[in-house]
Amino acid sequence: MASVVPLKEKKLMDVKLGELPSWILMRDFTPKGIAGAFRRGYYRYYNKYVNVKKGGVAGISMVLAAYVLFNYCRCYKELKHERLRKYH
Amino acid sequence: MNENLFTSFTSPTMMGFPVVMLIILFPSIMFPSPDRLINNRLASIQQWLIQLTSKQMMSIHNHKGQTWTLMLMSLIMFIGSTNLLGLLPHSFTPTTQLSMNLGMAIPLWAGAVITGFRYKTKASLAHFLPQGTPLPLIPMLVIIETISLFIQPIALAVRLTANITAGHLLMHLIGGATLALTNISMTTALITFIILILLTILEFAVALIQAYVFTLLVSLYLHDNT
Repeated sequence: MASVVPLKEKKLMDVKLGELPSWILMRDFTPKGIAGAFRRGYYRYYNKYVNVKKGGVAGISMVLAAYVLFNYCRCYKELKHERLRKYH
Repeated sequence: MNENLFTSFTSPTMMGFPVVMLIILFPSIMFPSPDRLINNRLASIQQWLIQLTSKQMMSIHNHKGQTWTLMLMSLIMFIGSTNLLGLLPHSFTPTTQLSMNLGMAIPLWAGAVITGFRYKTKASLAHFLPQGTPLPLIPMLVIIETISLFIQPIALAVRLTANITAGHLLMHLIGGATLALTNISMTTALITFIILILLTILEFAVALIQAYVFTLLVSLYLHDNT
């Protein structure tokens, strides 16, 4: 099925399901591309929640909540043993 | 109980992958660089705090000592933010590791001392003997002053490590005690819980104070030597 817009330039939400594998393979997986992806993600979050005229506490508290969640996942193995269960 | 009291201080790995570098680099996300005249609220608050701290801390130095401002300001920001982030649940605090604190203390102290010996050799050597000591005491006093000079970096590192580690350990212990006491006696558990709240407030203060003390002592060593 031919698309009017070339596949490379479409955003993820516009890609049709059948074109998804070729879209993923066309992404830039070099270290520079991955670094660019992290940078884009960081600035997307920063410009939406922090870099605004009247930013609130939500901007950093979402980051801190994600940090707590990350650390919880990191030590889940040891925390498993401290649950209130009869048999561990 | 003995083993899992100290497991929170081991180097963090996630499924065998060491994430300690990510955790050390995480506080840098919290400090966006101000690029405009009037920034967003986060950057403005940080800008104001840094100006307040740098004026208070660097005003005692002469021109040569004030070249260390960037180093000392980033030091206090790093230690302060790392200590405060360590108060979040389940998080790992890099400043509990003696290796990291030695890595911060020894180069900074050595830099200050070597600067002193290079540019003001006589004055730096004169620090080994306080003014007005009686003649027979001089050899012993020089030895004592040398020892006290070489203890400075070790004391800097061990002070930070011990304070933060002891605070975290106390919180673990008292929290565990509160949980265990809820089944035995609710009143004692409530008292222990209030102790835990007070301890947490203390830990917030300690986190900031330790950063300040570390930086202040480095700046004092610098002041002696510039």
